[in-house]
Amino acid sequence: MSIERHEIEKLATLARIAIDDSTINEVSRRLGSVLELVDQLQAADTEGVEAMSHPVQAIQRLREDEVTEINQRDALQAPSPDIEDGLFLVPKVIE
Amino acid sequence: MSWETVIGLEVHVQLATKTKIFSGASTAFGAEPNTQACAIDLAMPGTLPVLNKQAVHYAVMFGLAIDAEIGKESAFERKNYFYPDLPKGYQTTQLEKPIVGRGNVEIERADGSKKIVRIHHAHLEEDAGKSLHEGNFRHGVSGIDLNRAGTPLIEIVSEPDMSNAEEAIAFAKKLHSIVTSIGICDGEMSQGSMRFDVNVSVRPTGTKELGTRTETKNLNSFKFMEEAISKEVERQIDLIEDGGTVVQETRLYNGDTKVARSMRSKEEANDYRYFPCPDLLPVIVTDETIEELRRNLPELPDARQARFVEQYGLSDYDAAVLGSDAAMSAYFETTTEKSGNAKLAANWTMGELAARLNNEAISITNSPVSAEQLGGLIARVADNSISGKMAKEVFDGIWAGEGSADDIIEARGLKQVSDSGALEQMVAEVLAANQAMVDDYINTDEAKRKKKLGGFMGQIMKASKGQANPQQVNQILAKKLSELL
Amino acid sequence: MHNLTIAELVRGLKSNQFSSVELTQHFLDRIAKLNPGFNAVITVTADQALKAAAAADERLAAGNAPDLCGVPILHKDIFCTKGVRTSCGSKMLDNFVPPYNATVVENFEQAGAVVLGKTNMDEFAMGSSNETSFYGSVQNPWSTDCVPGGSSGGSAAAVAARLAPGATATDTGGSIRQPAALCGITGIKPTYGRVSRWGMIAFASSLDQAGPMARSAEDCALLLSCMASFDEKDSTCIDREVPDYSSSLNNSVKGLKIGVPKEYFSEGLNPGTEKAVRTALAELEAQGAELIEISLPNSGLSVPAYYVIAPAEASANLSRFDGVKYGYRCEDPKDLQDLYTRTRAEGFGEEVQRRILIGTYCLSAGYYDAYYGKAQQARQLIQQDFTAAFEKVDVIMGPTCPSPAFKFGSKGDDPVAMYLEDIYTIATNLAGLPGMSVPCGMVDDKPVGLQIIGNYFDEARMLNVAHQYQQVTGWHDQAPEGVDS
Repeated sequence: MSIERHEIEKLATLARIAIDDSTINEVSRRLGSVLELVDQLQAADTEGVEAMSHPVQAIQRLREDEVTEINQRDALQAPSPDIEDGLFLVPKVIE
Repeated sequence: MSWETVIGLEVHVQLATKTKIFSGASTAFGAEPNTQACAIDLAMPGTLPVLNKQAVHYAVMFGLAIDAEIGKESAFERKNYFYPDLPKGYQTTQLEKPIVGRGNVEIERADGSKKIVRIHHAHLEEDAGKSLHEGNFRHGVSGIDLNRAGTPLIEIVSEPDMSNAEEAIAFAKKLHSIVTSIGICDGEMSQGSMRFDVNVSVRPTGTKELGTRTETKNLNSFKFMEEAISKEVERQIDLIEDGGTVVQETRLYNGDTKVARSMRSKEEANDYRYFPCPDLLPVIVTDETIEELRRNLPELPDARQARFVEQYGLSDYDAAVLGSDAAMSAYFETTTEKSGNAKLAANWTMGELAARLNNEAISITNSPVSAEQLGGLIARVADNSISGKMAKEVFDGIWAGEGSADDIIEARGLKQVSDSGALEQMVAEVLAANQAMVDDYINTDEAKRKKKLGGFMGQIMKASKGQANPQQVNQILAKKLSELL
Repeated sequence: MHNLTIAELVRGLKSNQFSSVELTQHFLDRIAKLNPGFNAVITVTADQALKAAAAADERLAAGNAPDLCGVPILHKDIFCTKGVRTSCGSKMLDNFVPPYNATVVENFEQAGAVVLGKTNMDEFAMGSSNETSFYGSVQNPWSTDCVPGGSSGGSAAAVAARLAPGATATDTGGSIRQPAALCGITGIKPTYGRVSRWGMIAFASSLDQAGPMARSAEDCALLLSCMASFDEKDSTCIDREVPDYSSSLNNSVKGLKIGVPKEYFSEGLNPGTEKAVRTALAELEAQGAELIEISLPNSGLSVPAYYVIAPAEASANLSRFDGVKYGYRCEDPKDLQDLYTRTRAEGFGEEVQRRILIGTYCLSAGYYDAYYGKAQQARQLIQQDFTAAFEKVDVIMGPTCPSPAFKFGSKGDDPVAMYLEDIYTIATNLAGLPGMSVPCGMVDDKPVGLQIIGNYFDEARMLNVAHQYQQVTGWHDQAPEGVDS
């Protein structure tokens, strides 16, 4: 099974990963092989079976609404690639 | 060809919790960039969300306020897309199982008629950060501030039940009134506490099928919403009448430049690939919790308006103006309590105070004249310490920060003279000093004498620098003059 | 000293036979000398280790120190270690120094354990051979032209080569058990929710779980007692008392019901592996356990379901790596989209990119029901199989892997061939059950493992059974050649 080129390009855009033109065919082939694997799911009879989102039987704990985090901007921004004036810088965002 | 408009609103309400929805960082407004963005808010590797109890309670309170179904078991999902103000590359939100289901909001049109706008649902989600396009940084880049990232929101989605801008605004204002009245949102539109997305479509009058709709996002003032809707309706009608078709797209409206435009619509619609968030478990709200929140739910605007009529004897109109805005009603009630005079409190709050606040674009919560201070001023008018005219002067003084009404009356010596002894003396002196006026008065026909009183009043007020109690002066003057006849 | 077990080291340290500083220096020297041959450790924290060792010695001298005080360990480079580079085996985080500790790291620090460094791993934990690491492959100490397994290949190889007596690791589809089996050591993946995921870089949130690797069940019990804790910062972490896993190791296995799934002994299983596993089962039978054939009929759905769910969750978890807040950023991005697409294309390796694309595909509009929805249903069926089985048996056993360690590059061209390595381990992650591997024989001079699957939170029993097995067999004591010098 193979995935159409335009589908790969669409996925690459959604996932924001640049895929070189020269490798698209290879990517398509390997993805296709994985999809063949997962297509085996189609044979399963899942009529009336509930989807399982969590492997634990538990409910969400609720946190008290109290401030517990202090300002640690310097420490948290130490790993940042581009900071000025306490702001994370990115190429201009056009809305 | 006549057209009708169909409008639906999606309203983002920032919940007034102290901390973020999934982290313990503060949500206080106005902090330095990224000083309220902890590791979780920055989506640092290995960080995980834990849900804020107050956000859940506030959402349920909203549901109770609009008589909605409460989603006793709700779940979070991930909405995936890339944007610099979205640190995880997905927004944690609710889709299939929101915390609040169907509900109703009643609005009142200008002509007094009422209408129900149905709410489809309201769900919890996290707010994104902010992109700054200019600031203290080099040219050609944008600066990202993630302080706002993670602030809890409820997104309220209406059915497309509104037929014109007026109804949309009425609905928006009613929502604002509700969320501020129950205390789940501070309602500060200028700070982005409430943001509106408006879905607008048109169709030939009388037809049932909905036209293609456009979405105008992120409006944060009622005025801009009204303008944006009107413009968009006009644009769509013109377009169709010219033979074109309305394209489903997202639009932005700039209230300052009055320009509306499409948002990069050439790109394919984003596929958000929603799926249940594995880091958060099902959210359960018990019947006990719902009952407790219901018991403690603060007064709703409709109930408050009715109470104002009943308790303070306000007119329906006054009750509506004062009762709809949570901040204004709180102000009014405090002023009434302090002054003991609801009528005056209502007049001053809706009149002098509102006008000045409007003029200087200040919200009532930031009023330089506090409710206590205004109450103090009104009390002095009510007990005749100062005249109505003087009161305005004192009001200005309080606004300027000179202190309380009593402080200013004292400092400027504005206390109305009501001491009958002093007034008697004053009147006698004026009469003695104005023999010609007195003679003229005596010699005038009885029928025409009333007119001459004004002259004496003028002299007396001048002599007392405006501080004589006019009613009392009138009485004393009449008595003295009659003695001379 | 490197041949002593952790249990022996604990006794030795407490009775002052040697100091933690001596012990630590010994292992640091071994790493310096032998690691280049295996590439198991990618960051060595010598200074910090010796400092911690000195502090541990003081605590030991003062008396009443926790069990693991002074014991040297390694952390898989997926656990955030404050102030120490945490790469997750990826170029994307090659320069990332976290300002916080994972809870697992914190737990060991509180206990006084000494961290020697961070181990190599498949990039972002995606792999079964440790061939996808940015830092190069890890060699299996038993056969250096073979893989050690993955994704915790570094931890497994390090323990097998006696570079440390124990190491932390993580398991999403078998990443503790499979490398443990291929490297002839013992490893356990606890019940989902037993160990906190805070600070553990997320791959697939509903499947990931941290666990220990060491040379015996007794040692794993000591490590697990430290790793397991209730952590409020992880919403999926269960609040349940942590038993003293060491105290029940010596219970008898008489009457223990061992389920042997027929689906785990089908074609594709190496005959040598099968023989070793059946011999191990017979060994336990001789000790009084009862072997009961069971069926897990939906086993065939495990690998397909996993390769939808894991990549789907990963595709969202890895969206945060965008070159904005931390980690790798491409040079001179010409605009925002270029920043994203090039940072991620350059920062992520091929397998990671492939899984992100698969995950994106399975969640995308039109495919969600057929893939993600279906996989979540299959997951339910798989869990039901186990629930039914555990009504009849106490534990389930079978082979950990279909065959012993394979040569580098031998699964190169077809990703699916690699995925089938996890055929016996994956179902336990999908169900959230605990799973363990202990060495049970040699095939072609390479180790093979026996897998033990327990019921929810039944780690104590699993460790007990494993320990009883290890009391009468010597596979776990064997060392690869050339490692003793």
